[in-house]
Amino acid sequence: MTEISAQDFINALPFARALGMTLEALGDGRAQISMPWDARFVGDPATGVIHGGAVSALMDTCGGAAVLSYPDATTTATIDLRIDYMRAATPGQRITARAECYHVTRRVAFVRATAHDDDSANPVATATGAFTFDRKAHP
Amino acid sequence: MIRPEPVQHVKHRRDLALKTLVDAVPYAGFLGIEFERHGDELTAVLRYDDKLIGNPALPAIHGGVIASFLEVAAIIELSWAMLWDALESGELRPEDMAENLPRLPKTIDFSVDYLRTGLPRDAYARARVNRSGRRYASVHVEAWQDNRTRLFAQATGHFVMPQSADE
Repeated sequence: MTEISAQDFINALPFARALGMTLEALGDGRAQISMPWDARFVGDPATGVIHGGAVSALMDTCGGAAVLSYPDATTTATIDLRIDYMRAATPGQRITARAECYHVTRRVAFVRATAHDDDSANPVATATGAFTFDRKAHP
Repeated sequence: MIRPEPVQHVKHRRDLALKTLVDAVPYAGFLGIEFERHGDELTAVLRYDDKLIGNPALPAIHGGVIASFLEVAAIIELSWAMLWDALESGELRPEDMAENLPRLPKTIDFSVDYLRTGLPRDAYARARVNRSGRRYASVHVEAWQDNRTRLFAQATGHFVMPQSADE
């Protein structure tokens, strides 16, 4: 995973590209991906705040990337993902997610993630999830 | 005896209110989500598009699209349930909604269970409001593709209900 360029990873995922995601860091079970504010992603027109689902998509992509960057990982899929929305993301600001794959078993990877806007001290959302985990076969 | 309201008036009122509610959410339009209505029952429809793919090798719909679809379905269902009585009593006129959009519930948390791969075709979802109080609500959503009984995802979310301006 770490051998391919960071943006190749995003470009291979049509929906990550549709949301304008940028992969900023990747390796050893950690990933950082950001997404711009865009009027098309707004959930509540009264406030201009990005829809929770778009933040969820960012967290899911970042979680999957973190799993794939774990040594020997081959493919992954989300089993479940729970998001807690702490506060509304500020309209006009980028949202950055950081995910960490903190434990793996033979078949499962456990991930936690946080997302923030320009105010990096106050998370917009946090997430925890379980992902499928497949390793390279070592003959 | 009061004559029942003509059926076309009833349909027009409900369809206009639903359309106004859904059209106000840009992200629902971006994903291509539409709503079908039978009486007060809503079915969310996600029209397949190539941009919704997450894993091109399978190909499969992106998990984030599925989470988004379910969350949109939950928020619209909850808003619809919240508006229904005022709409039916005539207290809320759908013609006035576009100018004065109802405040939407805010998501507290949302938990998605991915049961099967999302195939590259249309998907459907129905949400059920399990509890709706003055302040909080709990909503469950089920989504399927070809068979109603073979769910490909389900979710539970908690929401803060919008408060009126004087609170």
